[in-house]
Parts: sequence; structure tokens; C-alpha cells
Amino acid sequence: MPAIETKNLTRRFGDFVAVNQASIRVEKGEVFGFLGPNGSGKTTVIKMLTGILPITEGEAWIEGLDVRTQSDTVRERIGYMSQKFSLYDDLTVLENLRFYGRAYQLKGKALAQKIEETIAANKLEKYVDRLAGRLSGGWKQRLALGCALMHEPTVLFLDEPTAGIDPVARRQLWDLLFQLSGKGITFFVTTHYMDEAERCSHLAYIYYGELIADGTPDSLRSLPEVNPPGTHRFEISAPAITTALRKAQEMALFRSATIFGRSIHALVDESVGQQELEHEMRRRGIPVEEIRPLVPTLEDAFVELSRRRQMQMEAA
Amino acid sequence: MKNPIQGMGAIFYKEVRHMRRDPMAFLFAFVMPVLQLVILGAAIDTNIRQIRTAVYDASGSSIMTDVSGSSESRAFIDRLRNSDTFRVYKYVHSDAELNEEMISGRASVGVKIPIDFDRNLLKGNQAQVLVMVDGSDSNVAGQAVNVSSSLGLDESLRRMLNTGQKNPIEIRPNVMFNPASRSPNFLLPGMMAILLLLVTVMLTAFSIVREKERGTIEQLLVTPVRPLGLMLGKILPYFVTGIVELAILLAFMRFVFQIPMHGNVLVLGLLTTGYLFVNLAIGVLVSSKANSQAEALQFCMVVMLLSIFLSGFMFPRETMPLWAYAFSYMVPATYMIKITRGVILRGAGLEQLWLNGVVLFAMGVGLLLAAAHRFKQMTV
Repeated sequence: MPAIETKNLTRRFGDFVAVNQASIRVEKGEVFGFLGPNGSGKTTVIKMLTGILPITEGEAWIEGLDVRTQSDTVRERIGYMSQKFSLYDDLTVLENLRFYGRAYQLKGKALAQKIEETIAANKLEKYVDRLAGRLSGGWKQRLALGCALMHEPTVLFLDEPTAGIDPVARRQLWDLLFQLSGKGITFFVTTHYMDEAERCSHLAYIYYGELIADGTPDSLRSLPEVNPPGTHRFEISAPAITTALRKAQEMALFRSATIFGRSIHALVDESVGQQELEHEMRRRGIPVEEIRPLVPTLEDAFVELSRRRQMQMEAA
Repeated sequence: MKNPIQGMGAIFYKEVRHMRRDPMAFLFAFVMPVLQLVILGAAIDTNIRQIRTAVYDASGSSIMTDVSGSSESRAFIDRLRNSDTFRVYKYVHSDAELNEEMISGRASVGVKIPIDFDRNLLKGNQAQVLVMVDGSDSNVAGQAVNVSSSLGLDESLRRMLNTGQKNPIEIRPNVMFNPASRSPNFLLPGMMAILLLLVTVMLTAFSIVREKERGTIEQLLVTPVRPLGLMLGKILPYFVTGIVELAILLAFMRFVFQIPMHGNVLVLGLLTTGYLFVNLAIGVLVSSKANSQAEALQFCMVVMLLSIFLSGFMFPRETMPLWAYAFSYMVPATYMIKITRGVILRGAGLEQLWLNGVVLFAMGVGLLLAAAHRFKQMTV
């Protein structure tokens, strides 16, 4: 039985289709990364799965329970951490924990014990009496995660949990997630960070309501759409990178070219070899410093998938 | 079957913490209403007294001094001055000056005693007095016209009756329940209803809208807290606030403004609970429509103004046009004001006021059900 399963999940707001027939299957214990540009429907999917937003069409199950008809039981199994910090700024850390524990029907000794466990697990001892609003971003997220886990959910939805927190706190949070997933908790995480996506065991990519890719990071990188037959990729470094890109894009032998850090990631025909490419670019006045063959990154994969989808949409 | 009010205790716990951390809410709930009560009670006198009056006495001599006029006219002016309704602040010496006093607004009443006043009285003819009244405040104008007419009538009767003869009819007024016609006695019980409304509706609406604004409501919705539990947990603290505020306001009225409590406090408390249900439900309904605290404030203002103007708090309902009068039956404060005035001033009990109580409880239950329904929709 999958931890999360949807069939043709659809949400409309009036005429606008926010999510169009998305079918997802997440197995127990997976860290499922859900990616896509802003406004493409990631949060809407999470809201439907957590029962905040009604499903317009299609079906969804959490651990075999129908989200639409068994929402009460579903609520006891899931935890949710929303995009914005959604604890109470004017309550202390302890009061927030106490409130969420009570909201999840914990009482008396069980509540006290759970609060103690959560404080210890998240190393919140020093901050127990601090107002939540006075915590730094990383600690806020730890507290939020602690609150979301108090009732021991088996499926946890995290909507951009690391947006706006520092790299160290980010790394710590992910370490914590893997520790928990080792205990059998399933994670449904949205993120814009590619390094986080790389760490997921399972990824899906949603582009303006349409699910356009689904698989492991490796399988997405080696998709035929990302690596069209008869092409290969190069990483080209050159000074004045934006000028270089503009000139390169005018050259017919590039299938696609994008800036990636201080270099260009380019997709060219297999018939064009590395030396020929370098020669052609110099001839065009691009002072190439180095050209290396490139295995596509996840970002390359998503950029390529988005570009193709955009072309299809414009053609339609 | 799951407990439909699941989570109420948790929400209640949280709300109480919020209130303790929010000195503004405390100020708004308990200090502001008392201040408003004090200001209204101490500053507003609806009895019209000491209307600024200018007098032009053209009778008798033509010597222009402050003691001009004849003995008859001076006697008449003295009666005006002794009435407490008029305060003669200036004597003028021409029609133009009198007009100027009226137009400038310095005088609300201008009295002109014509040149032949004495002569006519002596001859047994009718003597006339011109009383000009500034109609821009209809209450003042009405009072000035009434008092001056009755002064004239009184004076006329006195002259027509022989010594020792009595008026054929004597009216003996008995102003019950507020014999001294003190304004606070009349205003404050009504004000109490308005203040309870203001505080409970606003605090309830704001506390829910704030969660919408901050996005915390979504976090609540994924917990097993039921919509009804959430709603009740939200309004219960404000119900308690309302009861405490009632006690504070009553104490202020009784001990600071010396308004006697003629009825049973418990009856008032019981009937007030119905009114609080209505207010809290209105607060929830407002919050289900408003997406920001600014929007909520607008809705609350509408509720407030309707309650102030149509409930009979400031203006008697009986003089309203029919449509407004009919509408005033839909304003909860209408019933509450009948109850507060009834219990506090007239010593009325349940046997006189039960219908008002029934209406409030019915409105309260109906609105709470509607609010719960809206709340469920809002929270899916």
C-alpha cells in the first residue's frame, strides 16, 4: 500500500485549472521531492492532500484512506508544515508545543512526556520560554517540525520548509528528515533547492498544473527529453558570460544554451565535437577558456522539461 | 461518531494565552469601555437648560441702558430668566443687533418685546412678545418654543384669574423611575448594551481574522480540531470577557454614577448571555467574510452604527419612519436596551422582559448555527 496515492487529482478555481489530473504514487518511507516553478500548483496539491482544500476531481489516498471521505482518520496520520511560519509568534516555545499537543488530543502525562521528547529531539531546551516570534529562522523551523511531529504522524507534508533559512540550518533540517525517514515516516517535500532535490529518493515535477516528470533523480537526468538522441552536453567557461551566451545563442549549432554559475551549459548535436565547438565559438569571437563534456544536472533536466512544455503550450 | 467540538479546550487555552500577551486587547476590552461610559455619563446632559438668549426690550422708555424697558416687560423677562431653560446673556437695543446675535449663532433664542407691550397690557389689549428660535438644533428649538409658550400662557392665566381663584385643571406630573430626570440614568444603561456589542463583536472577529492573515488557520485545519470546536474555543474567552465587562460597567454605573439598580442583577446577567451569543455569532460571521483586520473593522462599524442609531439608544424608535422602525426589530441592541433600562431603571423582571430575552436567545442560537455553517465552509 503506497503512503500517498492520487489518481487524476484536479483542482479548479473557477475557470482556472490549478492542478490538472495529477497522478502520484509515493511509497512508504520515501522522501518525495515535489518541484515546480512558483504558482505551478505545488501548494494546491498539498492542500488537497491534507484536506484544507476540497478536491475538484479525481481521487487521493493517504495510507489507503480516502482523503475525501475519511479525512478525520487521515488528519491523525499526517503532519503539515506550511510555507509561512505558522506557529503563534506571541506564544512561547513551550506554549506552542502544549497547544499543538492538545490539539492532537494529547493529555496529562502523555502530553508532558511528548513535549519533553520533542524539546530534546530538537534541542530546544534553551528556548523553552522564549516567544516563538523571537526565534531565528532555523529554530522556528525546528519548532514547527517538532509541533508537526508531536502526534507521531506517518506522513509529513513540508511546503518549502527551508525557504529563507541559512545553509547550516538547512543541512541540519535535512539530516533530521533522513533520520526520521529511516524510522518509516514518509515525507512529501516541496523545494526550489536543487541540492535538496538531489537528496530525495523520488521526485516529481509540476509545471503550471501539469505533472511532467516523475522518477528518481537519476532517471530524470537521463530522460530522453533531457538527453535527446543525437545530442550531447558541454560546459563552456568564458569571461563576460552574458555576452558570450548571447553570441552563442545566435549560433545554429546550439540546440539550447543557458548560464549556469560562471559557465554555459549547452546542448549540441552529436556530430559537433568538442574541438569543433571550441573552434566555431572562437571564430565568433567568444574567448572560450575551457570546454568539458557534461552529465546533465537536475536543474538542466527541469529547465529542459519546462522549455519543452512551454513550447508545446505555445504551439497549442 | 466523533466529538463534534473536539479541540475546543486546546483553542481556549491558546486564546487565553494570546489575550494575556496582548495589552491592547486588555485595554480595548476593559479600559476603553469604562472610559467611554465615564465620558458619556459625565459630559452628556440631554436635558436642555440655559439656552443662550438675547433680549431686545423696546417697550417703555427710549433711554438705552441695560435696565431699559417698562416694569411689566422687566417682570416678564425675569420670569424667562428664572425658568432655567433660558440664560439671558445680553441685552441689545435694535432689531439689527438682535438679528446679528441670531445669525452669528451667539444666541439660540432672541426675545423682542415691542414698544407697545406695556401700553397694550394696561389697556387690556393683547400684548405680543416675539420669540425667535434657532432651528438648527431641533431639540433646543422645541424646548425653547414649549417653555416660552407655557410661560406666556401661565402669565396670561395669572392676569385673567381673580385673586384666590385656581386653574380649572392642574397637571401634577410624576416622573417615575428617574424622578430627577438625570441623563446618565437614561443614557448609561443603553450605552452598556452598545459597549458590550462593540467589544465582543470586534474581539471575536479580529481573533479569527488574525489567524487568516497569518496563515495559522491552515495549520489548525490539518489538526483533528473540529470546526465547531475551533469556533467555540475562539468565542468562549470573549463570552467570559463580556460577562466580566458587564460586571465592571454595572459597578461603575452603580457606584460612580449613583444609578440605582432597581431590578435583579441575576436577571440582567441571564438575559445578557443571550445578547452575548448574538454578538459572538456576529463576530464569527464578520470574520468569515473579512480577509483582513481592516475589512473586519469596516463590517464592525456598520454593525455599530446600526445599533447606535436604530436601537433606541440615542433616538426614540417611535418617531422613526415605518421602515426604520420595522428594521429596528432586527437590531439585537434594541432588545438589550429594553432589558437594561427595564431591569436597572424600572426594576422589571422576567415576567415583563421574557419576550425580549426569548428573541435574543433565538437570534443568538440562529446566528450561531449560521456562523458554524459559514465557518465549516470557510474551513472546508
